[in-house]
Amino acid sequence: MRFITFIARRVVHSIFVLLGLSIVIFIISRIMPGNPARMAVGPRAPQYVIDELSRQMHLDEPLHVQYYYWLRDALHGDLGMSLVTRRPVADDMKEFFPATLELTLFAGFIMAGGGIFIGILSARHKDKWIDNLLRIVSYLGVVTPSFIFAIFFLLLFGMALNWMPTMGRLSPGVSPPPTITGLITVDSLLSGNLTAFFDALWHLILPGIALAMGGLAQESRITRSTMSDNLTKDYIASARSLGIPEGVIMRKFLLKPSLIPTISILGLDFAGTMANAFLVEVIFNWPGSSRYGINTMLRKDLNAIAGVVLTMGVVFIVVNIVVDIVVGLLDPRIRLAPQRGE
Amino acid sequence: MSTSTLRQAQDSAGLSASAPPLLEIKDLHVHFDVYGGTLKVLDGVNFTVHSGEKVGLVGETGCGKTTTMKSILRILPMPPARIPDGEIYFKGQDVLKMGGEELRQVRSEGISMIFQDPTTALNPVFTVGQQLEAVVKYSIEGKKLSRKEIREQAIIPLKEVSMPDPERMLDSYPIQLSGGMRQRVCIAMALVASRELLIADEPGTSLDVTIQDQILRLLHQLVEEKNVSVVLITHTLGVVREMTDRVYVMYAGNMVEAAATEELFANPLHPYTHGLMAAVPRLTGGGVSDGIPGRIPDYLNPPPGCRFHPRCDQAMDICRQEKPAFYKLSENHEVACFLYGDGE
Amino acid sequence: MTVQAKSLALPKSKIMENLGRSWYKFSRNPMSIVGLCTVLLVVFLAVFAPLVAPYPRHAGKFVDFANASLPPCRRYLFGTDVMGRDILSRIFFGFRFSLTMGVVVLSLVVPPGVTLGLVAGYNQGTWIETVIMRITDIFLAVPPLVLALAICSVLTPNLFNAMIAVSLMWWPWYTRLVYGLASTLRNEFFVNSAEVLGASKFHIIFKEILPNCISPIFTKMSLDMAWVILLGASLSFVGLGVQPPKPGLGTMVAGGRNYLPEQWWIAVFPALAIVVVVLGFNLLGDGLRDMLAAEEV
Repeated sequence: MRFITFIARRVVHSIFVLLGLSIVIFIISRIMPGNPARMAVGPRAPQYVIDELSRQMHLDEPLHVQYYYWLRDALHGDLGMSLVTRRPVADDMKEFFPATLELTLFAGFIMAGGGIFIGILSARHKDKWIDNLLRIVSYLGVVTPSFIFAIFFLLLFGMALNWMPTMGRLSPGVSPPPTITGLITVDSLLSGNLTAFFDALWHLILPGIALAMGGLAQESRITRSTMSDNLTKDYIASARSLGIPEGVIMRKFLLKPSLIPTISILGLDFAGTMANAFLVEVIFNWPGSSRYGINTMLRKDLNAIAGVVLTMGVVFIVVNIVVDIVVGLLDPRIRLAPQRGE
Repeated sequence: MSTSTLRQAQDSAGLSASAPPLLEIKDLHVHFDVYGGTLKVLDGVNFTVHSGEKVGLVGETGCGKTTTMKSILRILPMPPARIPDGEIYFKGQDVLKMGGEELRQVRSEGISMIFQDPTTALNPVFTVGQQLEAVVKYSIEGKKLSRKEIREQAIIPLKEVSMPDPERMLDSYPIQLSGGMRQRVCIAMALVASRELLIADEPGTSLDVTIQDQILRLLHQLVEEKNVSVVLITHTLGVVREMTDRVYVMYAGNMVEAAATEELFANPLHPYTHGLMAAVPRLTGGGVSDGIPGRIPDYLNPPPGCRFHPRCDQAMDICRQEKPAFYKLSENHEVACFLYGDGE
Repeated sequence: MTVQAKSLALPKSKIMENLGRSWYKFSRNPMSIVGLCTVLLVVFLAVFAPLVAPYPRHAGKFVDFANASLPPCRRYLFGTDVMGRDILSRIFFGFRFSLTMGVVVLSLVVPPGVTLGLVAGYNQGTWIETVIMRITDIFLAVPPLVLALAICSVLTPNLFNAMIAVSLMWWPWYTRLVYGLASTLRNEFFVNSAEVLGASKFHIIFKEILPNCISPIFTKMSLDMAWVILLGASLSFVGLGVQPPKPGLGTMVAGGRNYLPEQWWIAVFPALAIVVVVLGFNLLGDGLRDMLAAEEV
């Protein structure tokens, strides 16, 4: 019961945060010097068009009224028009966002699974050669920005060795599956199109791994250090002293408490991944919302920028809630500890 | 040299007749490697427990009591810790030389330890039941039991420690329990398999005095019922007096005095023991004493000779140069001090 | 009962001992020394770039098509780009932008961020805390790069605005860090006794609580240098930071991207430079963390 309250609080909290975020975004988008209406239709439009548009965009009204209209529209899915694509931003997002989602989710799985696996491996063979090697590699993974990995992978595996495709989500000639979720891998599985599935996966590998490197390294480092810290804890010594075999201690009693910080970090690392997706998408010409976002940012397409940032905010918050739920399930101290004031 | 004297002393003390001791620590040295050098914490510790005995181990914080006990079960963190010398015999076999499975069996069925701080001794992300059941499962009888039987076995020690509602306790997490309950769980875990030696490390010190009293009474009762041998570590003399047959006094990594409990209180010999006794505040007259001047030595550079000599008001020249051996003064009283004997 | 004030000045020998002990802790891990040397090297190259770079004029507006797109050779150790500019020299000048970014952003961010965190942590349970932490949460709700990009995009792209943008979204991290520390410390005895003795809030916050937070703040600052520089490079890469022809490291990578893989050196060397700087600060930060960590007995 407490757990549900805990989650409910997080959700309510998140809604407030989102609201606040929307205000910040809105303010940013209105700070720009110049008349948004004029920018929407171009410098050659006649004045009466601009006046009419200004009225429609509520530009003559006070800022908080404008915010109200903006928010109301946004909640109905109307994020305004993009200056660059001349389409509703919502449509743009629907087209581009799933690609980013697929890429980031793929990277997320690699980060979590690979990171934990490497961390455990490192901790188990602590201070031996394999641990030292993995530590160096993961260190480099943390400090090297994703876009540099992306460039190197592109150069090495894509161009020099020509093992992997360097552009796009599918090879030309492979017909895409019908769009159900927008995630090509999922859609192709759902429609039984195995060729498309494997092809899409193949295209995901290079950008996905490049994207995942930072988070992967981070996760493995945290796992390793938590495991090695926990090894000296009293409850492990106690378990040993009671005759529980070493293997059982490692696999069960050490692993579970050690995973908690790792998974807590996952939310933050996922955020970093979403941010890095911007640059990786550019490098691999991945048709996702990040590339869309960059293009619009360079052209000061405020509605589009607002749309992208808002979407990212929502995804990030949702991911954090999921992570909080998982951590709460793993760690009873969080869900059962008495709240402040009890 | 000193160990044979000790053995002689014990033999003639008649405490064990001809039976070999249950636990015998001989000349144990434990060092810790840290910044700036090596902490020579244990400097030749000798300690013996006979079957059925209740032995107290008294000393101030930092003197090495817990380190000694942890060495027995070999749960010291071995990278910083090292055991350069010494032997620990449990039922005649050197624990320090045992292999993995042998050692595990000793831990599972021979010796168990109740840790000082029950909060850190329990794994926070597993239920009490899960932890208890694990202990049951890997004990010698546990291997053949079904899941249900394991659970039933796990409830038994909870009942023994007078836990209200043991069933519900099994599904609780440590965080949901009070300090006293956690301590009882730790005791329960130590009681799971039928063990021969129980080591209780300052039971109840981290709790309220009233709760501590409860815990100690519980321990006392259990020990009587089960007839196990006990090592009770404490820095409270009153507890020792009530609950033990024999006492060791420890200072800075050495045993300085050992005697039958009544004998020790009637006739403390070592200057440190004097100081300890005098430091207990008396309700009638006397007030609060000044305590023993000075502090425990720096283990990086311990004083030569007798480690207590810098604080001892009766220190002689020889104390600064040589370490005193354990001298047998009577049947049930040994002391390591040059005041009572010099040389072999 | 008189209370004697203790002098805080330590005798020289104690200071030397503390320094020695700190150095020992720092140098435990050889990688920390590597980090320190790397950072010192980068700083040196940045500060003395006009003197040390083989072709200092190449950092500005300079064109030499005769020597354009040369691979690494003896004359041009890292090769030249399409405009004939020596990449090695430009990298030295590029370090200037990176370091400026780091120093300026941290100077802008740390004082207000820390202060807000202290205030929020001290005033637990009040509306002050709630307001401050909610605002912090809002800024933390969006991945850093995204927010920085968004802010950058509404301003004219250049280094100055990039610094503003990064500063605007970096301060919450310090607030959150210090808030966590301060709210724990707030209930410690020494704070309560100071309050009872009538110390002013200002005194308590800055003279009692703050000194106990210095270590984690410092550690974070040194690690942040790395991240801020990285963020700056990313912004430049996208086109929102240092503008060409200025030799920002990220800018150079972006410029060289179009010439992969044939003229790989144009993008690769600046990329490596970024890695070296970030790595250096990371190692240094780790070493500082080791140095400032409480010793375990």
